[in-house]
Amino acid sequence: MEAEDRARFEQLVLPHLDAAFNLAAWILSNRSDAEDVTQEAMLRAYRFFDGFYCGDVRAWLLQIVRNTSYTWLEKNRRMHITDEFNEELHTQSSATPESIAIAGDDRERLRQALETLPPRFREVLMLREFEGCSYKEIAEITSTPLGTVMSSLSRARRQLQSAMAKHAEGEAAHEL
Amino acid sequence: MSCDLDNALLHSYFDGELSVISAAEFQYHLARCSDCIDELAAMSSVRGSLKHARLYESAPASLRLKIRVGIHSRAPQTRPSPLLGRRGLAAAAAIVLVALILWRVVPVVRKEEDYQAEFAAEIVDAHLRSLLPGQITAVNSADPAILTAWFDSKVKFAFPVRNFASNGFALQGGRVDIVQGRTVAALVYRSRDQVFNVFIWRTRESDDSAHAGERQGYQWIDWRKDRLEFCAVSDAAPSDLQTLQRLLTLSSSITAE
Repeated sequence: MEAEDRARFEQLVLPHLDAAFNLAAWILSNRSDAEDVTQEAMLRAYRFFDGFYCGDVRAWLLQIVRNTSYTWLEKNRRMHITDEFNEELHTQSSATPESIAIAGDDRERLRQALETLPPRFREVLMLREFEGCSYKEIAEITSTPLGTVMSSLSRARRQLQSAMAKHAEGEAAHEL
Repeated sequence: MSCDLDNALLHSYFDGELSVISAAEFQYHLARCSDCIDELAAMSSVRGSLKHARLYESAPASLRLKIRVGIHSRAPQTRPSPLLGRRGLAAAAAIVLVALILWRVVPVVRKEEDYQAEFAAEIVDAHLRSLLPGQITAVNSADPAILTAWFDSKVKFAFPVRNFASNGFALQGGRVDIVQGRTVAALVYRSRDQVFNVFIWRTRESDDSAHAGERQGYQWIDWRKDRLEFCAVSDAAPSDLQTLQRLLTLSSSITAE
């Protein structure tokens, strides 16, 4: 019985480990924290696997990963979970000479721009752009109404665009 | 964007979330609106960059291994209810044989205690999570009829929803949450400055009176009625929690009649 459960878990849930890790890594914006949180979330999912009857395994797992991530944030980094986007602070922190020097690299530029967004905005972007989730799936995973998903996504995209534009400006100023 | 069209429509179009008819209507608008065309172009340029920047964080092989080791070292939990025969079991065993109790039943009781602690941790975590900005309610309404209809489409069990504003517990709304891997309904009440989460889920266990506990300064109280388990959590005084518990039990008996 136990071996059967384990096999079922490995077959159904484990294939979504990358999605789980990616989501945790972007909510927490830290890979090593994400390893701890993902491990905890996966073991929690395994423990409560019999509470999962049918439906979308990935959405179920991502919901657990998300909850574990926010619980972790609440316990460890209370300060960082603000929904407000503090533009002044973020512009300052991202405009170090070091960050400008590597701003030419598209990947770094995007990563830094993403890191200026609040976790909740990064989360919807990841789910939509990387996991290809529909609005309905995102609403289910994040336990938020559809209307909130839409508005978070549009605000997240706008902030990302403006953060990238700021980077480009910073880069241009540096070259002068 | 100076175009006065609803921004959500633009994003829904971009994400392929519009119906065929709405999408055709939007395309008609698009042909005449340079603002929307510019906005769409900017959005797809960001999408392209995201795709090409290889930002997807894949799990390291060591993590996969750790998890596989983890699941091989423990069995999935079959969940007793936190109220299940804690005392009954111990009392019955005490009558049988003292010696037996010592080597056989004590570990069982220990297990129950572990389960209790884990249950309390999960419930308090869920409560803490709900206090994060924007997470407390998925539907904001003090109207029990609206909440009942909303939960009806979200969870596979029915339960009474009541507003106790006249008794000092104002209904704020509800959401669906996950506690110990199962889907639970959460009703949110507010009394003065305190927030109360009431988690409700279906159970196979029979009715049981309230058991209360405390963890990290948060109080919880758990009871079962009519195949439903209720757990209320708050950082309010235990007496406030008991008042809410009484109101909720009373309201469910009225419904049952």
